[in-house]
Amino acid sequence: MTVASSGQATLAPDSQDTFPRLLLAHARVRGDRPAMREKDLGIWQSWTWAEAAREVRGMACGLAELGFKRGDRLGIIGDNRPRLYWAMCAAQMLGGIPVPMYQDAVAQEMTFVLQDAGIHIAIVEDQEQVDKLLEVKDQCPDLLHIIYDDPRGLRHYSQTFLHGLDELIAAGTIHDRNHADFLDQEIAQGQPDDTAIMLYTSGTTGKPKGVCQTHGALIAAARGGCGFDQLGDTDEVLSYLPMAWVGDNLFSYAQALVAGFTVNCPESGDTVMTDMREIGPTFYFAPPRVFENLLTQVMIRMEDAGALKRRMFHAFMDVAKRCGADILDGKPVAGKDRFLYALGQLFVYGPLKNVLGMTRIRVAYTAGAAIGPDLFRFYRSIGINLKQLYGQTETCAYVCLQPDGKIKFDSVGLPAPGVEIKIAANGEILVRGPMLLKEYYQRPDATAESINAEGYFMTGDAGFLDEDGHLKIIDRAKDVGKLTNGAMFAPNYIENKLKFFPYIKEAVAFGHDRAMVCAFVNIDMGAVGNWAERRGIPYSGYVDLAGKPEVLQLIQECIEQVNAELAHDAMVAATQVHRFLVLHKELDPDDDELTRTRKVRRNFISEKYAVLIDALYGGKQNQFIETEVKFEDGRKGKVAADLQIRDARIFPTMQGRAA
Amino acid sequence: MAREIGDIILDLKGVSLSFGGVKALTDISFDVREHEIRAIIGPNGAGKSSMLNVINGVYRPQEGEIVLRGEHFSKMNPYKAACAGIARTFQNIALFKGMSVLDNIMTGRTLKMKANLLQQAFRLGAAEREELAHRAKVEEIIDFLEIQHIRKTPVGRLPYGLQKRVDLGRALAMEPQILLLDEPMAGMNVEEKQDMSRFILDVNDQFGTTIVLIEHDMGVVMDISDRVVVLDYGKKIGDGTPDEVRANPEVISAYLGASH
Repeated sequence: MTVASSGQATLAPDSQDTFPRLLLAHARVRGDRPAMREKDLGIWQSWTWAEAAREVRGMACGLAELGFKRGDRLGIIGDNRPRLYWAMCAAQMLGGIPVPMYQDAVAQEMTFVLQDAGIHIAIVEDQEQVDKLLEVKDQCPDLLHIIYDDPRGLRHYSQTFLHGLDELIAAGTIHDRNHADFLDQEIAQGQPDDTAIMLYTSGTTGKPKGVCQTHGALIAAARGGCGFDQLGDTDEVLSYLPMAWVGDNLFSYAQALVAGFTVNCPESGDTVMTDMREIGPTFYFAPPRVFENLLTQVMIRMEDAGALKRRMFHAFMDVAKRCGADILDGKPVAGKDRFLYALGQLFVYGPLKNVLGMTRIRVAYTAGAAIGPDLFRFYRSIGINLKQLYGQTETCAYVCLQPDGKIKFDSVGLPAPGVEIKIAANGEILVRGPMLLKEYYQRPDATAESINAEGYFMTGDAGFLDEDGHLKIIDRAKDVGKLTNGAMFAPNYIENKLKFFPYIKEAVAFGHDRAMVCAFVNIDMGAVGNWAERRGIPYSGYVDLAGKPEVLQLIQECIEQVNAELAHDAMVAATQVHRFLVLHKELDPDDDELTRTRKVRRNFISEKYAVLIDALYGGKQNQFIETEVKFEDGRKGKVAADLQIRDARIFPTMQGRAA
Repeated sequence: MAREIGDIILDLKGVSLSFGGVKALTDISFDVREHEIRAIIGPNGAGKSSMLNVINGVYRPQEGEIVLRGEHFSKMNPYKAACAGIARTFQNIALFKGMSVLDNIMTGRTLKMKANLLQQAFRLGAAEREELAHRAKVEEIIDFLEIQHIRKTPVGRLPYGLQKRVDLGRALAMEPQILLLDEPMAGMNVEEKQDMSRFILDVNDQFGTTIVLIEHDMGVVMDISDRVVVLDYGKKIGDGTPDEVRANPEVISAYLGASH
C-alpha cells in the first residue's frame, strides 16, 4: 500500500470500502494529522486520526454493551459536534445505521422519524435535545436509551435510561482493551452494500421517507467528488450545516474519510462567521441563502462606510465585474485590467475575502436552490472559485458538478464522474450510477415508484442538457403547470427571479389552472429594514414594515423588473406577475410553511392562505388576515394584518428575442 | 432539586438609612439563607435599591448592622463586600462600553489577580500563567451565558438584553457567594426575560450561589424566588414565601392591589 504523505492524490485505496475501515486506515497512515477540530471555551481543540479512531472504538464498544446490534438504527441529534460524527462511525462499526435528525425540529416532528426508524438508542448533544426526547418518549416505546454529549444542566435528571457519553466511552474503551478482537470482527463483517446511513427526506410531499444509502454509494460519490476537485488530506472544511442533510454527510463525513482532510466544528451556530475567519477553510459549502446573506451584510456595511472607502469599493468592484471571473477561469484578459485587478486584490478583494474567512478557499460549492447570477458572479469575480452542484438525498448529492474553468452561470454543470443522465420525454431528469439509494426504508412502494425498470432514479426535476452537455434545471417536474390559456407555468423559475433581489426573502407564485400569475412576497427584514432606516421611514416591527406603502412600492418595482425580464422570453412571457401582496409574517418551517431545508411547501401554503389567494384573483384591493404562529419553544401566538394588494405593470412580449 | 437551602448567611438587623430628612429605610431586618433566591419587591421609591446599596457598602446606614457569616459589619464598604464574596449587577448597566465582552468580564477577576503591576506590565511568567487561568475561567462564564458569538464585540455595540447578560457575567467572574441583582430584567422583552430567569436559576443551581434580587416583574419574582421581602416607603411590610406574600393583605393593598 503506497500513500503519498500529503497534498493531492491521497485518496484511501479502494480496499477501504466501508467507513470504519477508512477511519482505521487513516489512523494507521496519517495518525498524527488532525482529523477534527472543535472550538471549546474559546480555544480550538484538535483530535488526530489516531485519537478519533480510539474514541470511535470506545463509543462502538459502549454502544454494544447497551445492546446495539447489527442492523439497529442509532438516532443522532445535535449541532455539528465531533463526537456526533464519531457516533455515526461507531454505529457503522457495529453494522448499525446512524439516523441523523434535524436538531432544530420540535419534539413532535421527531416522533415520526423515531417511530418510523424504530430507534432504540439515541445519542444527542445536550439538555435541549434530551428534553425533547423525554417529551415524546411515551409515544416512542422503542426508545430505550438516550445518551447525551454535554452533561450541562442534566445533573438532576435521574432517569436510568439516560447515560453520559463520557461514561459510555470510558466503559467501552475498557471493553475494547479486553476484547479487541470483538470489534475487529464486527468491522470485518461490514460490507460495502450494507446501509451506511439513513437520511430522511425533507418531505416537500407527504411524510418524510428514510433514504438508505450504502457505504459503497457514499464512498463512490465522495471519491468522485474528491478526484474531481483534487481534495487531499491538507484540506480544511468547516461543518456547520445540519448533520441530517445529505450535503453535510457527503462533505464533512464521506469526503473527509475518503480524502483524510480535517473537519472543523464551529463553537455554536452564532459564531460561524468568526470561526470561519479563524480556520480559513480551503473547501467550503453553503446553500445560496448563506452566500446571499454574506453579500447583503457586506453591502449594508459598505453603505455605512465613509465616502472614500465606498468609492474605492465600487470602483474596484466594477473592475472585478469586468474581468474577475475571466481571470479566475484563466481566460485572456487585457494587461491594463490585469493590473487594475491586482491593485483591487490588494485594496479590496483581499481584505474582503479575509473578512469573509474565504482567503484560503480553493473550491466552494453551492446547491439546494437556484443561485442568482449576480450573486454567483460577485463571488467568482473577487476570486472565489464558487461552483454549483446538483444532486439530491437519493443520489448522495452527486449528479452534476461544474468543472473549473468551464462555468456557465445558468447551468449546474456536467454529469459527475460515473453518473449517467437521461432526459425523459416529459422533461424529467433521470440519473443512474453507483451513488443511487439502496431503498426507502420499509417503503418498497416508494422505492419502486422512484427507480424505473432501467435502473434510473427519477429526480422529479424538469430540465434539459444544452449543446455542451451542461444540465439546466427549470423547475420541479410536478410544479410545472399551465395557465388557462395553455402557457407553461414554472413557479420556481419566477420565484427565484424574485428572490434574487436582496429585499425579497421568499416568494410564492400561483398560476396553475388560473388566468394569470399572482404572488406572495416575504420581505427580507435586514435589507428592507436598513433601506427604510436610510430613508427615515419609521417602523415598529416586521408586520408594520411589511405593510408600509413605501415598502410595497419597492417590492412593486422589483416585480415589474422581473416582469420586464420575463417579457423577453416567449416561453415564459405569459407568466408575468399581475398582482401581488406582501405577507405579514415570515414563512417559517416551525409553521410548516417551509421544509427544514427552507423549500416552499406550495400546497400547504395555498390551503392556509386560501383567503388571500381568493382576494388576489377576486380583484380585491385589500384583505384582512389573522394567522397563528408557533414559537421555538412550542407556544403559539397570533399575528393579524390588513394586507394591501397591488397590481403590477405587465410588459408586452418581445417576440423574436426569445432564445 | 439537589440544591439545599442552608443556614443564614446574611442577616440585616434594624437597618435605617436617611438622606438628610428623607428616610429611605426604616428599621429593616431580614435574613438571607445560603443557596436561596431572595427577592426584594416594592413600588417605586420603596427603598429596594438603597437596601442593596447598604448590603454591598455603597451606603452606610445610620443605624443597624450587617451580619455576614457570623461576622458583624457596622461599617461595610464596597471593597470589603467584594472581598467577602458579594458581587452585584446594576440597574443601569455599569460596563466599559468601549471594551470587549471578554475584557469586561475579565475585570470581574481583578480581586483574584495576584501578580504585581510590574509582572503584569511585562507579562512575566507568573502574570502570563495567571492570565491564562483567568481567561479559562472567563471562557467558562462566556460558555455558560451563551455569549460566544459576541466575545470580541465592544459592549457599547450590543443590544440592551445582551449587555445585561454581560453585566451578570462580570459579576459571576468574581465567583461570588452572594450575588446581588438590581432589576436584572428591567426593559427586557418576554423572551429575554425567560433567558435571564433561566440563567439566574442555573447560577443558583450549578454554582450554589445565593442570590438577592430586586425585580418589578411579579410573574418572574413569584416563579423563581424562594422567599420574598416586601418594602413600602422604606418599611418592611411583608416577608415569606411567594404564596405567603401573595396572601398578605398589607402587601396586596400596598403593591399588588395597586398594580393588578
